[in-house]
Amino acid sequence: MNKKFMAILVPVVSVLIALAISTIIIILIGKNPIDAYGALIKGSFGSKQAIADTVIKTTPLILTGLAVGFGFRAGVFNIGAEGQMVMGALIAATFASNFGFLPPLIAIPLTILIAMSVGAGYAAIAGFLKAKTGAHEVVTTIMLNWIATYFASYMVTGPLKVGSGTPKSPEIADSAQLPILMKVGAIEMSAGIIIAIIAAIFMYILLNKTTTGYEIKAVGFNPYAAEYGGISVSKNIVLAMAISGALAGLAGATELMGVHHRFLGELSGGKGFDGISIALIGQNNPIGIIFAAFLIGALRTGSNEMQFIGVPKHMVMIIQGIVIFLVAADRIVRTIMIRKRVEK
Amino acid sequence: MYAVEMVNIVKKFPGVLANDHVTIRVKKGEIHAIVGENGAGKSTLMNQLYGLYHPDEGEIFINGEKVTIRGPKDAIKNGIGMVHQHFMLVDTLTVAENVVLGSEPVKGLNFDMKKARQDVKDLSEKYGLFVDVDAKIEDIPVGMQQRVEIIKTLYRGANIIILDEPTAVLTPQEVEELFEIMRKLKDSGKTILFISHKLHEVMEISDRITVMRLGKVTGELETSKTNPKEIARHMVGREVVLRVTKEPHEPKEVVFEIKDLVVKDNRGLTAVNGISFNVRKGEIVGIAGVAGNGQTELVEAITGLRKIESGNIYFEGKDVTGFNPKQLRELGMAHIPEDRLKHGLIKEFEAYYNVILGQHYKYPFSNGTFLYHDNIFNYTKDLMEEFDVRPRKIDHLGGNFSGGNQQKLVVGREIKTNPKFLVVAQPTRGLDVGAIEFIHKQILKMRSLDAGILLISMELEEIFSLSDRILVMYEGEIMGEVKPEETTIEEVGLMMTGHRFEEVRRG
Repeated sequence: MNKKFMAILVPVVSVLIALAISTIIIILIGKNPIDAYGALIKGSFGSKQAIADTVIKTTPLILTGLAVGFGFRAGVFNIGAEGQMVMGALIAATFASNFGFLPPLIAIPLTILIAMSVGAGYAAIAGFLKAKTGAHEVVTTIMLNWIATYFASYMVTGPLKVGSGTPKSPEIADSAQLPILMKVGAIEMSAGIIIAIIAAIFMYILLNKTTTGYEIKAVGFNPYAAEYGGISVSKNIVLAMAISGALAGLAGATELMGVHHRFLGELSGGKGFDGISIALIGQNNPIGIIFAAFLIGALRTGSNEMQFIGVPKHMVMIIQGIVIFLVAADRIVRTIMIRKRVEK
Repeated sequence: MYAVEMVNIVKKFPGVLANDHVTIRVKKGEIHAIVGENGAGKSTLMNQLYGLYHPDEGEIFINGEKVTIRGPKDAIKNGIGMVHQHFMLVDTLTVAENVVLGSEPVKGLNFDMKKARQDVKDLSEKYGLFVDVDAKIEDIPVGMQQRVEIIKTLYRGANIIILDEPTAVLTPQEVEELFEIMRKLKDSGKTILFISHKLHEVMEISDRITVMRLGKVTGELETSKTNPKEIARHMVGREVVLRVTKEPHEPKEVVFEIKDLVVKDNRGLTAVNGISFNVRKGEIVGIAGVAGNGQTELVEAITGLRKIESGNIYFEGKDVTGFNPKQLRELGMAHIPEDRLKHGLIKEFEAYYNVILGQHYKYPFSNGTFLYHDNIFNYTKDLMEEFDVRPRKIDHLGGNFSGGNQQKLVVGREIKTNPKFLVVAQPTRGLDVGAIEFIHKQILKMRSLDAGILLISMELEEIFSLSDRILVMYEGEIMGEVKPEETTIEEVGLMMTGHRFEEVRRG
């Protein structure tokens, strides 16, 4: 009870402290903080268009946040969500550009399945190396990220290249594109957000209601006790990495099928790394991750509006940085809370 | 005149009283052995002398002067050096570089390699500590690495040298060389504190002995006026703990058997060296021995947690060598592990998840895919009631129970699987009298239900009061088999320190 309460309290207090610090900075640069935050809110939620934009930015962040968060719950630090997302989207794009002959009912699930399988397989390499040789997944996933990045840039400048200008792959078939939930001007909000929320529910059920989740958590908490209890440590490390990678691959799928409709460099654009921050802020809890992703998504969407009134958009990076710092160092916050309670 | 005096030292760790008013006096220029089982508090005591821990109570005197040792720096200033069980050397640097590391000779602004090499050579020759000054640590044998560690302490001007189980990693020849060096150091006026639990070594090299048991000093002896039997008695203790009454019970057929089992430890050294024995249904076979003589590795091999080098394991006559823990559990083996926090419990899991570990994938806890939480909760409530686990909160985290209640959870979990064969390792380590009695009763209840039980314990009283047969283990081998009613604690104590049954009986 108390533990759950703290899990919510720490991120919330961290956000409040971050806002307080940014307020001081905004005052120091001679702007009115109320105007700045007003613009920020207006930019992220002030219009249908703003809301759609926020949701679009939030969707992949939820999925990469789930990918990293799931890894943390299983005791693996998957820094490779970026690479898994790139590989998933790239391979899915290659196939899906030829799916014109398939009806959407088949083409959409099939494309998603390809992206998830590729993400899972790519992450499983790091899992396998850890299980068999003890190679740390932080090192191997970082290396796999570079392989994915350069492989993708080779593919879109070489074999898959279409048109001139930005290197990009051919557009995927119409039947493989996600249906559009809301269209405001040029902004199309796809069903990706629904997929992301379903993924969060899936992760919650898997971790809390199934024997697989039990085993994965046991291995993450105490591999010695897990092995003693008849749970295969190596199998579960590979499985945990694979599931984490599948979620990252799914992030690639929603970006590919719902936003860009082709593979290009900005498709991932560091969203895999954002997943680490979001998992931290969301305390590795699926619901917490949804909120954390919305927070970051909204901040980023609203930052342009803030820039219009003269407050640099980098202010949101400051807010984000402070929140992450405080959540990561949650002992600081906890100590302050406990001291307060003692003083009372 | 005492070189070292530690008076009334008390050191507490969470849940453990590691040193309980320990007083030790070491004369100048003597080799003083500190003897005791693993966990007796020897290393803790020495780590306080070297400043790695700070005593909660008590005083330390060096050469008669009261000192406060805040860290190794203070210890070095007071002329104290320590060679740890695990060497603190940089593998990729040379011997000379390692010795001077942290107090390098300099010439102008540069590191004076020439002087470093010469200093190390001088020390090496003076005390007969042969080392190759230019060799890299990773390329030299363990015995030489240890000499480097000793030179390191001398280079920093140590007059009092602590050697923490220095022979544990050495071959017999290297041990002889080490003893030669220790004698030379002693002749040149150094005081040596020597931690060990091998009695023949202590008899050979030491002048005086302090024996520790469970955090207390149980004996201060002059080596020339004592014998291994007396030391063993101080080491294993004689205070009579409560004895549970054991009903006579006729054992049935053999349920478990091992033949010529060989197992290696984590360092790749042979820990279990060709052991054979069997356990019958309805009988308790106890394995006595000083900790660190291969019992841990034996248990891990039997329960599928450690690789078997050679030999065979049979369960109800079936060869189960190389089976994993899950397969062994399926056959009806259960295991109460010696380290409940490492193997026995998941501290971050609630009690209800801890009590299904190993059974979690089976009905009534699961259908193979989904967990049946209602069944799990009810089962946990029953188990906590039956085994009197407190507090009776099924969602209390494993790590938040007291040691005794954690052990009750583990014991309850394993016993409730109705095993045909139960491996019980150090079941009452660190528990209070009430919990010990409860757990002993549970083990005897399993015996009356015709489970075969293998009991491994460092507590001789426990072995004596529960076992039907006793096997004594020393350096990976069985020294002999005795029945508790036909032997004495002294006899078993001697076997625990490396004397075979035949020698002991011959007298």
